[in-house]
Amino acid sequence: MSKPIGNPLDVPPNPDEPFQPRSGQRGSGFLTGPHRLGTTPSATVGPYLAIGLTWPDGEYAAEEGTPGGFWLRGTVVDGAGAVVPDAMVETWQADPDGGFASPEDPRGAASYPGFRGYARAQTLSGEFAIHTLKPGRVPDGEGGLQAPHIDVSIFARGILDRVVTRIYFADEAEANAEDVVLRGLSEEQRRTLVAEPSEDGYRFDVYLQGERETVFFAV
Amino acid sequence: MGSLARRPYGPGMTGITTGGGLVLPRYTREDAATRTPVGFPEYRSTGLRAPLRTPVDLPHRLTEVTGPVLGEDRVLAQDADLTWRNGGEAVGQRILVHGRVLDSDGRPVPGALVEVWQANASGRYRHVVDNWPAPLDPHFDGLGRVVTDSLGRYEFLTIKPGAYPWGNHHNAWRPAHIHFSLFGRAFTQRIVTQMYFPEDPLFGQDPIFNAIPAAARHRAISRFSLERTQDNWALAFEWDIVLRGVDQTPFETEDDGDVA
Ligand SMILES: [Fe+3]
Repeated sequence: MSKPIGNPLDVPPNPDEPFQPRSGQRGSGFLTGPHRLGTTPSATVGPYLAIGLTWPDGEYAAEEGTPGGFWLRGTVVDGAGAVVPDAMVETWQADPDGGFASPEDPRGAASYPGFRGYARAQTLSGEFAIHTLKPGRVPDGEGGLQAPHIDVSIFARGILDRVVTRIYFADEAEANAEDVVLRGLSEEQRRTLVAEPSEDGYRFDVYLQGERETVFFAV
Repeated sequence: MGSLARRPYGPGMTGITTGGGLVLPRYTREDAATRTPVGFPEYRSTGLRAPLRTPVDLPHRLTEVTGPVLGEDRVLAQDADLTWRNGGEAVGQRILVHGRVLDSDGRPVPGALVEVWQANASGRYRHVVDNWPAPLDPHFDGLGRVVTDSLGRYEFLTIKPGAYPWGNHHNAWRPAHIHFSLFGRAFTQRIVTQMYFPEDPLFGQDPIFNAIPAAARHRAISRFSLERTQDNWALAFEWDIVLRGVDQTPFETEDDGDVA
């Protein structure tokens, strides 16, 4: 008599053996599809995220002094027009050659001097600031190239799951016109995704709600 | 280190073929019936903060299927023991929190950075915004970091956090919880969440817990683990974290252009 198997997560792991994924549904004798574990539900970061998520070098996707480095700054604004002072903004992007510092890139992990592609910044001062480089263009999967863009996650008290958006650049009009994601949006929607040049880089404000609500993506 | 260099998803995995002949994984999406919504009316702060428009569907391309490698260089040995800070021992019930980080296909996620933060035994955070009348503990800062081992396992020693009041509604109390933040391998796998303890009497009145659809709430609750409880030392709680896996169902496409 074998013990009935319910949720595989209820089985204590044997530390000496690698976990064996179970394929197929148990019980019918037929494989009706891959067995999937339910994903862990997300929760808000709450008001005290600074305790767990502060890094001294968090704001630096590119090290200070990296040629071409600039500051990407902005505010996160709520539905009443108030600046959100307890949000965290995270960015992930390609390097200027269009490579990703990630082994998950099937073209191979890229390495670009002084650049890690990832940054996190809090909005305690009213504004987030990320030091980075302009990303290169990367394939769009449809035979073209995407415009330079940065993937963004925003976390805050009052948001139960991160919200995701993309930052594009106002001075890349030609590339933006060809971009597979921007082409699927209305002119008004596109405007919410474009960072404008500023004195030390670019500015990008996030509107969580309201008439100017930023376009958020389901990923 | 070697544990971080996992073989990328190669040809043979289903997914989108890019113009350059690259096959990308397509990450599963949890369906709405079991996914935490961004906003939840009973959690009042969501009212002005949770976006109101329907998000635009973004197919997974290179930026979404890649992610930062953040590992052991961000973690010190003492980061896995939250019970000892400033040369002294924190007050409270010592607990060992352990588990695995898996993807929804059951594959362990090795070399994954796990960041945790929590209130102390009396339910107070070491944070300027938290000033309710419960004592701070000079030997507890509530911050921990660990990296999963080659089998995706993590563990840290801490103090069982206390419940704490908040202003959401009259006599509102958060059930005891530990905040967790994980990256996984890809932008799509990023998650921030909270781990709860079994049979907490405060679940019923907590809108943050109850925002999780009923069918998925058990996934946020740890399990008391007698196997790992240490005689004369610490209780143990086990919590496995499941990140999104790669969708293995055949990829169908209407346009015939670049699909292999
Ligand atoms: Fe909390």
